[in-house]
Amino acid sequence: MNPADLLAVTGADLAAARMQMALSLGWHIVIACFGVGMPAITLIAEWRGHRSGDVHYRLLARRWAKAMGVLFAVGAVSGTILSFEMGVLWPGLMGAYGQVIGLPFSLEGIAFFIEAIFLGIYLYAWDRLPPRIHLLSGIPIVLAGVASAFFVVTANAWMQQPTGFDAEGGRIVAVDPWAAMFNPATPPQTVHMILAAFMVAGFGMASVYAVAMLRGRRDRYHRLGLLLPLAVAAVITPVQIGVGDWAAHFVASNQPVKLAAMEGVFETERGVPLHVGGIAVDGEMRYALEIPYGLSLLAHWNPNAEIMGLNEVPPADRPPVNVVHWAFQIMVGAGFALLGLSAWLALAWWRRRDLPSSPWFLRAAALSGVAAALALEAGWVVTEVGRQPWIVYGVMRTAEAVNPAPGLVWGFVLVTVVYAALTVATVYVLRRLARDIPVPIAPQERDVTGYKVV
Amino acid sequence: MSLAEIMLAVLWAGLTAYVLFGGADFGGGIWDLLAGGAQAGRRRRDLIEHSIGPIWEANHVWLIFVIVLMWTGIPSVFAAIASTLYIPLTLAALGIIARGAAFAFRKVSIELWQRRLFGATFAFSSIVTPFFLGTVAGAIASGRVPAGIAEGDFLTSWLNPTSAVAGALAVGTAAYLAAVYLTRDAQRVGDKDLAEDFRRRALACGAVVGLVSAAGLVVLRADAPRLFTELTGGRALPFLVLSIVAGLVSLVLLWRRAFLAVRITASLAVAGLLWGWGVGQYPYLLAGVTLRQAAATDAVLAASLGALAVGALLLLPSLWWLYATFQRDHTARATVPRDLDH
Ligand code: HDD
Ligand code: HEM
Ligand code: HEM
Repeated sequence: MNPADLLAVTGADLAAARMQMALSLGWHIVIACFGVGMPAITLIAEWRGHRSGDVHYRLLARRWAKAMGVLFAVGAVSGTILSFEMGVLWPGLMGAYGQVIGLPFSLEGIAFFIEAIFLGIYLYAWDRLPPRIHLLSGIPIVLAGVASAFFVVTANAWMQQPTGFDAEGGRIVAVDPWAAMFNPATPPQTVHMILAAFMVAGFGMASVYAVAMLRGRRDRYHRLGLLLPLAVAAVITPVQIGVGDWAAHFVASNQPVKLAAMEGVFETERGVPLHVGGIAVDGEMRYALEIPYGLSLLAHWNPNAEIMGLNEVPPADRPPVNVVHWAFQIMVGAGFALLGLSAWLALAWWRRRDLPSSPWFLRAAALSGVAAALALEAGWVVTEVGRQPWIVYGVMRTAEAVNPAPGLVWGFVLVTVVYAALTVATVYVLRRLARDIPVPIAPQERDVTGYKVV
Repeated sequence: MSLAEIMLAVLWAGLTAYVLFGGADFGGGIWDLLAGGAQAGRRRRDLIEHSIGPIWEANHVWLIFVIVLMWTGIPSVFAAIASTLYIPLTLAALGIIARGAAFAFRKVSIELWQRRLFGATFAFSSIVTPFFLGTVAGAIASGRVPAGIAEGDFLTSWLNPTSAVAGALAVGTAAYLAAVYLTRDAQRVGDKDLAEDFRRRALACGAVVGLVSAAGLVVLRADAPRLFTELTGGRALPFLVLSIVAGLVSLVLLWRRAFLAVRITASLAVAGLLWGWGVGQYPYLLAGVTLRQAAATDAVLAASLGALAVGALLLLPSLWWLYATFQRDHTARATVPRDLDH
């Protein structure tokens, strides 16, 4: 079959496969962020509770651990589906290149094991291990969570910058798995993702307590529940914006078509402005606010740097411009909004050792979790949609990788229904968890020990 | 042994671990379904929940391990299997979601209707999931997955006699292993009635699984003659014999209430079937595809096996700690009155 036929045959199925992949990855990644970030934040609370004897910290740690039990289970199963889908939806990719990205996934498998084992111990042996040993048993969970995020993102980075293999006539003849894993895209992408995970977890957890405080529960328990995760996220946010800049430089040098799509640049030019907002119509960026020389300056530290335009490549090789452009705007917008919130907190803390007193602060904090998750999803849309039409950048097209079996559309429909149900159930259960056993106004020692983790 | 052979052996060991540990977790779900009404079945369900709770996530990772090793070590075979068998694999994947999520949700739910809803989902998907995974095994064993991407028939590849038997066997062995393990768990927490109850179930289930296996041989003879010949007269015969002997010994041990020893023999009986299949099919992974043709490059195999060896140094002591913590503490906890609705 020639490629054109292949495209014709699989048009609807290809779209369905991509939507299914995006849905299940986009779902998993939010939960995975809590899997990476929440154990660390919970351990900090447990440690503070252990050191100071403050029952509020200890109750917080227990409650977070209980939620973690639910989130990990959901994360584990939603991750398993992904590994099925890699083969079911993209056999062309896995059959040819599975071995090239196999190493990081094998390492990730080890990390998952460590994570699952110590999570079992941490949650179920809470009351049966001495406090110090129990605290220590949580540390491997944190390390393994960060490691698994690192490993899995190296696999994605390889799809952006494929290195470390030789192919002859479509067959892989030699592989250097370490070179594939440590490809040029690995450093910026992994760091950016791991920081994002801590931001999503931190702002997400803080949001819950901000909502409770807006409803009038302003006791010490809720204030600490807001402050601790928010402080963690606020410290990371400025770093993350610097790393985002690094990621953007990387894209500018290594994936110029993606950069052109992110910014809606069609003609190759020097001294290119930065486009804020706007929409691409008929090969032209319209209604955008232009910041002169902005893009050249940001992408290459030089106001006259040349930026390649989309017109350099045939239309079939361009990603969908508006999706990528808007996703990028959303990520950057959310990033700066969160930076503002972090600065507000830092200022108030520096001045008065207290949270800002304005209700607007609580309102903003209540939205911060959503904003962080939005930035995360938008960032992945930039990365993954911006790499289209390639599944392996410059090497294999997405249409060549998809499973040519008929009926993938129905699989997508089924998966969507299941994920909708899963979302409803997860949200419902997590809300009940907070509501069924409400927090005592002033916790006593026995309230803490009486609250079972599992 | 070549690197590819070591990789395949490791993969098969991982599959064995998944069948023995993950399989028993599915079996727990099956007994949950058959535990009786909400009141009457409560003690059984609590025992199951306590036994599975801390370990099911770790057990579940074996499946991911197997999948990842497949695409790393034998990528084209992985692609062929996943593309041709995408229907049962998608259904199994959805079953896995429903099962894991419902189990975790039920544990933190308080109201009866919620526990019933999540419990039913958990139990139902515990049957469906191993069944579909079994049909996949049957498809491969009967040579219905050709090389190449999506070259096999999307329906008959897994809707056929061998797949049906393999699916039934997967459900049966899961239930059997779970009953055997739970017998000992009940004994350890000092619940004599419950131990007797699961002993009866294990005996009945073991007998049924033995019959299904025998029927399976008849089906194989007609449907997968090459594998049948190997199993009944070739290199795989010792494993078949091991499985049969271990299965019979298990029944005797159950009868005599040697609940710890029967854990080992029951596992051997199941592992024997699995290894018999593997050895019987070797060196062919798919119809006309040998391990040599399908294996990844040596650089990949060496790097992944090396990484796994280093990982094992971390994992084995950790796993030991996990299982030891919860096997030991059962007794201590049994003396404390249990809060059933935590
Ligand atoms: C909390 C989340 C978050 C925040 C606040 C930001 N990002 Fe981001 N960004 C992500 C979360 C993220 C991500 C985790 O979703 C991505 C997707 C792939 C990746 O490695 O990180 C990403 C990708 C990504 C890419 C594409 C990289 C590629 O395709 O290889 C660029 C250029 C940026 N980001 C740039 C930025 C800039 C300039 C930000 C400053 C405001 C920013 N990000 C904030
Ligand atoms: C190791 C990590 C990842 C791998 C290996 C991976 C792999 C893939 C594959 C195989 C596809 C389908 C082919 C394609 O459309 O190009 C895809 C698409 C996609 N992925 Fe990723 N992905 C990873 C991480 C993520 C994450 C965490 C997200 C989070 C949101 C994400 C978002 C998407 C989206 C939105 C698409 C759809 C692209 C489109 O429809 O054009 N990816 N990814
Ligand atoms: C193609 C992409 C991906 C695949 C195939 C995948 C696979 C998996 C699997 C199989 C699990 C279950 C492990 C267990 O049982 O504990 C899992 C969980 C997890 N995944 Fe993913 N994953 C992908 C993308 C990502 C990304 C991009 C991240 C980055 C942060 C990530 C982070 C995690 C973490 C931290 C867990 C364990 C924690 C939890 O369960 O909450 N995954 N993933």
